[in-house]
Amino acid sequence: MARNGGVTWRRTEKIDGFNFSPTDSTEEVHVLAVDDSLVDRKVIERLLRISSCKVTAVDSGIRALQFLGLDEEKNSDGFNDLKVDLIITDYCMPGMTGYELLKKVKESSVFREIPVVIMSSENVLARIDRCLEEGAEDFIVKPGIFGRRLDSGAVAMSVPCARG
Amino acid sequence: MRRQLQTMRKSLFDQGYLDEQFVQLEELQDDANPNFVEEVVTLYYRDSGRIILNIEQALERKPFDFNKLDAYMHQFKGSSSSIGAKKVKAESTLFREYCRSRNGEGCMRTFQQLKKEYATLRRKLEAYFQLARQAGPVETACRPK
Repeated sequence: MARNGGVTWRRTEKIDGFNFSPTDSTEEVHVLAVDDSLVDRKVIERLLRISSCKVTAVDSGIRALQFLGLDEEKNSDGFNDLKVDLIITDYCMPGMTGYELLKKVKESSVFREIPVVIMSSENVLARIDRCLEEGAEDFIVKPGIFGRRLDSGAVAMSVPCARG
Repeated sequence: MRRQLQTMRKSLFDQGYLDEQFVQLEELQDDANPNFVEEVVTLYYRDSGRIILNIEQALERKPFDFNKLDAYMHQFKGSSSSIGAKKVKAESTLFREYCRSRNGEGCMRTFQQLKKEYATLRRKLEAYFQLARQAGPVETACRPK
């Protein structure tokens, strides 16, 4: 479980429950979703909106960094009206991978506290370990975004839902 | 008409064209977003159509660039999986195995099969959504089984 200023990300055992809730319950959680797949972006956007989150969906790591104001072109100088509470990113993306994005975020003094969740269609243990070691909040195996049982009986992952 | 729709839907699952993931998409649909599933599927056609074209072009260049073919199919498999396209996804997996074992024949054969499955699925889903639109808004879909 991790906590940043805005969001607690907590894995629950129920099939429908990762809960993440803003610590300041008057504000909507703002999620930055990063995925090069058009289809997956649409789905995750819908999912997060149903969960009462504000969503910004981008198609690459570079665009995610630009949005945060972390790209090399412009210097981030308090680009912060668009406060991001959580980043959910695909792992396999052309250009910058989700792992590389994770590293950039965690290297930033401004943004390192933002929880970063990685999604991947491939359940590779070494990959999962590497992401968690680098500071990822969690690792989600697609398409189980909706809560789905692995053959082992464990729940692969679940719907993020915001609680007021 | 509602019954016809249910029958059509059930057979898509029973015959293995769709899996649980499709149901998950349906659960994201509501009165405020009554066409969500169809919108996602439409995006899928656009996306996957493009990838199929890329693969076709890549298969015209000899020798095969198996890494590139595998990368394309990884994308294709991902979105197919996200909409619950079960048979199409299975063919994608097979194709990727052939890429990894550098089996050009296998790739070509599987790709033909994949295109067939894709065309069939598309035809069936188009019929389904057309009927759904005629039948009007439906209450929560029942789970197959």
